[in-house]
Amino acid sequence: MDFAFSEDQEVLRDTVRKFLDARSPESEVRRLMDTVDGYDPAVWAQMASELGLQSLALPEAYGGQGYTFVELGIVLEEMGRVLLCAPFFSTVVLAAHAILNAGTDAEKAALLPGIASGETLAALAFTEPSGRWDADGITMVASGSGDSYTLDGTKTFVIDGHVANLFVVAARTQGTGGEEGISLFTVDGDAAGITRTPLATMDQTRKQARVDFAGVKATPLGPVGGGWDALSKTLDQAAVGLSNEMVGGAQKVLDMSVEYAKVRVQFGRPIGSFQAIKHKCADMLLEVESAKSAAYYSAWAAAEDSDELPVVASLAKAYCSDAYFHAAAENIQIHGGIGFTWEHPAHLYFKRAKSSEVLLGDATYHRELLAQRIGL
Amino acid sequence: MDFRDTPAEAEFRAEIRAWLDEHLVGKFAELGGRGGPADETGWDTRVEWERILGADRWIGMNWPVEYGGRAADFSQQVIFDEEYAKAGAPARISFFGEGLFAPTLIAFGTPEQKQRFLPKIQAVEELWCQGYSEPNAGSDLANVQTRAVLDGDEWVINGQKVWTTLAHRAQWCFLVARTDPESKGSRGLSYLLVPMDQPGVEVRPLRQMTGTAEFNEVFFDDARTDKSLVVGDVNDGWKVAMATLGFERGTAFFSQQLAFQRELADLIEVARANSSIDEPRIRQELADSYVGVMIMKYNGMRMLTNLVKRGVLGPESSIGKLYWSNWHRTLGERAMHILGPGGQIIDAGFDGAYELNEIQRSFMFSRSETIYAGASEIQRNIIGERVLGLPREPR
Repeated sequence: MDFAFSEDQEVLRDTVRKFLDARSPESEVRRLMDTVDGYDPAVWAQMASELGLQSLALPEAYGGQGYTFVELGIVLEEMGRVLLCAPFFSTVVLAAHAILNAGTDAEKAALLPGIASGETLAALAFTEPSGRWDADGITMVASGSGDSYTLDGTKTFVIDGHVANLFVVAARTQGTGGEEGISLFTVDGDAAGITRTPLATMDQTRKQARVDFAGVKATPLGPVGGGWDALSKTLDQAAVGLSNEMVGGAQKVLDMSVEYAKVRVQFGRPIGSFQAIKHKCADMLLEVESAKSAAYYSAWAAAEDSDELPVVASLAKAYCSDAYFHAAAENIQIHGGIGFTWEHPAHLYFKRAKSSEVLLGDATYHRELLAQRIGL
Repeated sequence: MDFRDTPAEAEFRAEIRAWLDEHLVGKFAELGGRGGPADETGWDTRVEWERILGADRWIGMNWPVEYGGRAADFSQQVIFDEEYAKAGAPARISFFGEGLFAPTLIAFGTPEQKQRFLPKIQAVEELWCQGYSEPNAGSDLANVQTRAVLDGDEWVINGQKVWTTLAHRAQWCFLVARTDPESKGSRGLSYLLVPMDQPGVEVRPLRQMTGTAEFNEVFFDDARTDKSLVVGDVNDGWKVAMATLGFERGTAFFSQQLAFQRELADLIEVARANSSIDEPRIRQELADSYVGVMIMKYNGMRMLTNLVKRGVLGPESSIGKLYWSNWHRTLGERAMHILGPGGQIIDAGFDGAYELNEIQRSFMFSRSETIYAGASEIQRNIIGERVLGLPREPR
């Protein structure tokens, strides 16, 4: 039994942290979050060519480096720590894993090298205006046969859907319900009949779009009608990835709180000497460390493609969602008035914590999913 | 990162399983995983069982070989605890001796002291209790008032201890007493070993809100112990006492998580039986308790890895006590939600009787767990000051 990162993994963390500290400081986050596209193409290209982050955990056969979800988790944690503004989660976690889980060898060979090289920005078009994260939420109908299908309907809350040049779309065969009849398709970002509308988001550091499909030609990804298992697994992997991203942010807000509590003086004492503040920080540490344990363990389960994955994915998402939001909220409280200003970064983390909590289903949703998965 | 057993670990696990298969039979198996430091169910059978464990050196397995141990490492201890819990073996009664006193003695005791006491702990011939808390020294433990003065070759002890678990069963007490009468606070204290069976020691059961009396008050009235029975230096007992607390708050909670998993599984069966498992609120609560107990396990594994690899405990170790006590207290509250009005009816409650079933007892008893062994508020101070480096409260 060994629950620690290897030396190589620590070196990876260090390299990624240095890069992100240099290329994604708070000033860049603030600049990019105010733009429609929401990312810097030069930094994105550098991530691919110099650090190989997009290709890191993809199989070597498809242009990747063959590392595992544990390494991907480290990268995501570091990105969460600095609130990196880039279509990484959408492209590398959601879309790439949907392709890996659903695609045939030929489909993977056609689609994944572009993601690995950083040329393809991909998005998973899954949720609809109902805002549901389960199979019943998919109502978009795919009509056609063979290799020729047409999609009509609306996808929304699509992460980075405004900049994607490849969509993986979830739709269902007419007349089916639940987990039956769901298929995945790929569609070019600029295919005829697609209308994308960037959505103004409360968390400006992660962009979302509404994507309307009107008679859009789509190519099946994997078996038509049998896509739910692949999609469900993708959502579990994404929950694991997001959990790791969230612990990066949670640790950052804890650091900010502790630092401030040591230097801010009121009543002639640093406020961190008061138990009211000290105990808040202690509780945050407990939750942040516990969130790390859950996130890291779930990354290992994803790396091993373990039978435990569905259970630990929901477990990690439920715990990390609550822990991050709680830590981000306490961070504002501990900072007092300054923590409520636009100028201070506390609100950026608070907003990211909330959007991450909601993304892929909140803690309540995942606790129910967990209950089902452990047979309650 | 790899959660599978190494070949050596797998071999050790197989050895434990085989041993338990052979020995955990008959009345020992029937007892199941019941009992606990604060639950005296099947006491005599548990003593008998632990003597079998001790004879094969499964008590004190981490002690050096020269003192009868197996020099087992941390991961072997955890494997043993896991298999022990999975097999449903009886809860252990020798916690204070084996779990708290023995590691302290190994770290600070003289060779003579180790030879004198460790074999008797392993043979389950001597049980121990912990004489720390006093009426005016609870969270502020350094305010100990119990005094010990040398009279020839013996210490003479006067004072009162309280919340002394299993004092009525113990043959010995490790206690903190003030040996420098001029001293205050954590200076001038010594760590003394005192025999319980003597005229100067009186144990009075302290009936708790559970109706039972696992805790006691212990009065020392010219009690005596040999001059040599001081662990560490005279007047320098605070660091020894703190080391014991370290063992209590540190590694000791590993096996706890396994007992908690069992308790949660039992509660889930209760919820299934009375159909409350279909209620959204109960489902949320049970799932949340499941998340909590699994994270307790993951935290434990991270802590263990740090111990094995770096020889030090990481920040995750300091959260153990705070974490498990709150988890368990919340589970008790949730059990009451599941039981509904039926949970308010107890087994016997007239003419001085107050008998709770297992779930009710756990609900009640868990209120003590956020208080003993360092209250949650003290744990938060420790985390805040020693882990996060926040300034101390002015004292």
